[in-house]
Amino acid sequence: MKNLWRALPFSFILLFLAGCGKQNLSALDPRGPVAEMQYSLIILSLLIMIFVIVVVAAIYIYVLVRFREKPGDNHIPKQVEGNKNLEIIWTAIPIVLLLILAIPNVMDTFTLAETEPDEDSLVIEVTGHQFWWEFEYTDLGITAGQDLYIPTDTRIIFDLEASDVIHSFWIPALAGKQDNVPGITNSLWIEAPEEGVYQGKCTELCGESHWLMDFKVIAVDPDTFEAWAQGMAEPSEELIEPADEVAAEGREVYEANCLACHAVGGEGGNPQGGPDLTNFAEREVIAGFIEWDADTEYDGEEVSALEGWLREPQEYKPGNYMPAFGHEAIDEDEMASLLEYLDTLRVLDDE
Amino acid sequence: MSQAYAKKSVLWDWLTTVDHKKIGILYLAAGGFFFALGGLEAMLMRIQLMFPELGFVSEQTFNELLTMHGTTMIFLAAMPLLFGFMNYIVPLQIGARDVAFPFLNSLGFWLFLAGGILLNLSWFLGGAPDAGWTAYTPLSSAYSGTGIDYYVLGLQISGAGTLIAGINFLVTIINMRAPGMSMMRMPLFTWSSFVASALILFAFPALTIGLLLLMLERLFGATYFAVDMGGNVVIWQHLFWIFGHPEVYILILPAFGIFSEVLATFSKKRLFGYSAMVFATLIIGFLGFMVWAHHMFTVGIGPVANAIFAVATMAIAVPTGIKIFNWLFTMWGGRIQFTTANLFAIGFIPSFVMGGVTGVMLATSAANYQFHDTYFVVAHFHYVIIGGVVLGLFAGAFYWWPRMFGYKLNETLGKWFFWLFLFGFHLTFFVQHFVGLMGMPRRVASYLPGQGLDGLNLISSVGAFFMAVAFLLFVWNVIVSVKNKAEADPWDGRTLEWGIPSPTPEYNFAQTPLVRELDALWYEKMHGNGKLKAAEPLDDIHMPNGSILPVIMSIGLFIASFGLIYHVHPVTIIGLLITFGCMFVRSIKEDHGYHIHKEDIQKEEGAG
Repeated sequence: MKNLWRALPFSFILLFLAGCGKQNLSALDPRGPVAEMQYSLIILSLLIMIFVIVVVAAIYIYVLVRFREKPGDNHIPKQVEGNKNLEIIWTAIPIVLLLILAIPNVMDTFTLAETEPDEDSLVIEVTGHQFWWEFEYTDLGITAGQDLYIPTDTRIIFDLEASDVIHSFWIPALAGKQDNVPGITNSLWIEAPEEGVYQGKCTELCGESHWLMDFKVIAVDPDTFEAWAQGMAEPSEELIEPADEVAAEGREVYEANCLACHAVGGEGGNPQGGPDLTNFAEREVIAGFIEWDADTEYDGEEVSALEGWLREPQEYKPGNYMPAFGHEAIDEDEMASLLEYLDTLRVLDDE
Repeated sequence: MSQAYAKKSVLWDWLTTVDHKKIGILYLAAGGFFFALGGLEAMLMRIQLMFPELGFVSEQTFNELLTMHGTTMIFLAAMPLLFGFMNYIVPLQIGARDVAFPFLNSLGFWLFLAGGILLNLSWFLGGAPDAGWTAYTPLSSAYSGTGIDYYVLGLQISGAGTLIAGINFLVTIINMRAPGMSMMRMPLFTWSSFVASALILFAFPALTIGLLLLMLERLFGATYFAVDMGGNVVIWQHLFWIFGHPEVYILILPAFGIFSEVLATFSKKRLFGYSAMVFATLIIGFLGFMVWAHHMFTVGIGPVANAIFAVATMAIAVPTGIKIFNWLFTMWGGRIQFTTANLFAIGFIPSFVMGGVTGVMLATSAANYQFHDTYFVVAHFHYVIIGGVVLGLFAGAFYWWPRMFGYKLNETLGKWFFWLFLFGFHLTFFVQHFVGLMGMPRRVASYLPGQGLDGLNLISSVGAFFMAVAFLLFVWNVIVSVKNKAEADPWDGRTLEWGIPSPTPEYNFAQTPLVRELDALWYEKMHGNGKLKAAEPLDDIHMPNGSILPVIMSIGLFIASFGLIYHVHPVTIIGLLITFGCMFVRSIKEDHGYHIHKEDIQKEEGAG
């Protein structure tokens, strides 16, 4: 019973930590080997630190209770100079504690830096832009924006770059972050054993809409990934020349207004432009954070979130580089067909 | 008529003063103003983050708020407030009549103030800086508005003031100690001010160079940070942190010094392990320079550098731990008095230990990839800076207030203030550790609902309100306590500053004291008649004349800055001419100061 009591504060803190945060977002709920390695270091350091706090707190409370001034007490305490033995003890013990932490930390630091690709690994070039993410699968000849598809149980190596300012690439549930620094390529590896959607964020202040620079990591089984990669590399003819009449009109609107910045199926776009739209309709969210079914108002009328975004992108993500497409640029009918066309942009068969 | 004249002369007196005590009070007043301003900025941010997607302020405004909050609190509040105490107290603690260079002391203050005002004018003139207080390039060099120009020039000017002040303290402490005040008899506050000044001497030039490069880039088209022109954006980070890491020790060491004084005084014991404390201060100061790259673990400096900087950083925990245990054992066996000043010192110990241990966690480089740039870091440095520096400032304020202002702050109000502040502080920042690990990056203008971040952010904001209310209580205390006239030695002090009359005479010590032991005043209380022994006969005292030149020199640089920001070069030249003209005048004008006569001193000492 006594031992149980002693373990209580520790188990309480561990429980509290483990239960914290949203699944697939929290670093306290790791979903891959890299995040797990970091989580166990966090726990190790935390336990050592709690030990330190407990020792200090015990002395502290004792001192404050025992030696507080009592009414009427006017004695002059003995003026103690110091105590060599005590001072040696409280120098030596912290050194030992720090060594216990430093050794696994140095080992892990080197393990995490092993980013040489082997034949089974998948290399993805990640470029941070104000305020969106570009993912280039160099070996597969694919470029994707915002949603990062990865196969499960595969060693993924990210080569991190930036096109404008410094960004920082973070998927808390899968791995700690690395910075995207202009002019420098950093690397990071992860593995995702479980299928699922993981949230990613930019953690380096990068301008007005820094807080909205979210992305999604979609881990799928290797077969699905294969199918997705196939669809991205060779999208169906439909995407370029839709058979549906309305969508074909929409394609024209897209070519007139969007093509210069956004590519579909390897056509169009430019390096300084916006995200690739080949699988746009399969995105989890619009622009990294807007729910598809959200409604908004534009010009006094209720419109879909996507239309609202196209009409007034600065309202959603201030400081981004997408121009606003008002009624003069795209009228109501054209907008309807454009939305129809954008909805056809899929590469996986199961909608 | 005569009253108006008197008023004007008071203002003139404060503008031209070179008295270290008055300059100390000026630092406190200006620092206190900026502290309130930085606090207001913090409150606006916490209101914005109370609920997800609140839209209380725009993204741009939020980025300006977070930048100005950090910049203001570090450069314009914490450091000047510490300088206030250092200016007032250090010469008294070493038995000196003034600092080594009274004119420069005044110049240092006015430069700091000019820089601070310049920086804050940006709010009204086209937008405050918005790239974070660290102003990482290229966001600050190529992707931000004129706010950054204010940042560059404002910090350059106020940084020059800081460097001047640091050099002044170094020389003062080395040269102006009273007879018998050997280095190893100096009070810990003087010791830590000495080490902090040495850190200023070595750290601020790195900031100066960084700011100069950024200025050349922004105003004259240099390409140090332009990658497509062969620049490197990481240079800024190295320069910034070679300054920035020692900067946190420039802040915390004097605070450590205050706690050492307060804990010893109110435990009625000498500091436990004095020489170990001095040694630990020196080691912390030294290691502070060796670990700057731990701010850059995720920048891509490689596993070897990361491992080295991780271990070096962890090493700082050892001397810091020595200090914590020495403080605990200073209280051990003592007679602990729970005055407000001591409550702040006692409250500091657990608060700072918590900030310290998260510092070691952050030093764990592999785990740092998860912590870095999240609210965990925000929690950590607020634990260290509020739990260390700010509690130290308040401990110092309650402790030295009677010495500096001649009246005692109300203890009851003070205790309410302490408990509200401490509660609010922990409520605000403890939960932020978890918010960070749960996936909230720092410097975000808002957060999306449904991510599990809502509740803890609300708690954090509520805590901030407690701190704000507590601070208002302190301001109230300062106002209502004016009538509580203080005696010369209200706390039964141990060090020289309590051995002179209250209010403190202009010349500090009528006769330079003779120091016979550590805690000189306490020693005289125990072994003598309770009065400091004099090291010299009573004689006329030589005093420096006041000067308005420091104010004019600062205004000159202020004008020159506007010329640079708006690219109006004649204005720049006029501003610089004013400053250099003042330097010329100062160089050729003979100024012998004046004497306070023996009889006047006798009269005043007799009255006091």
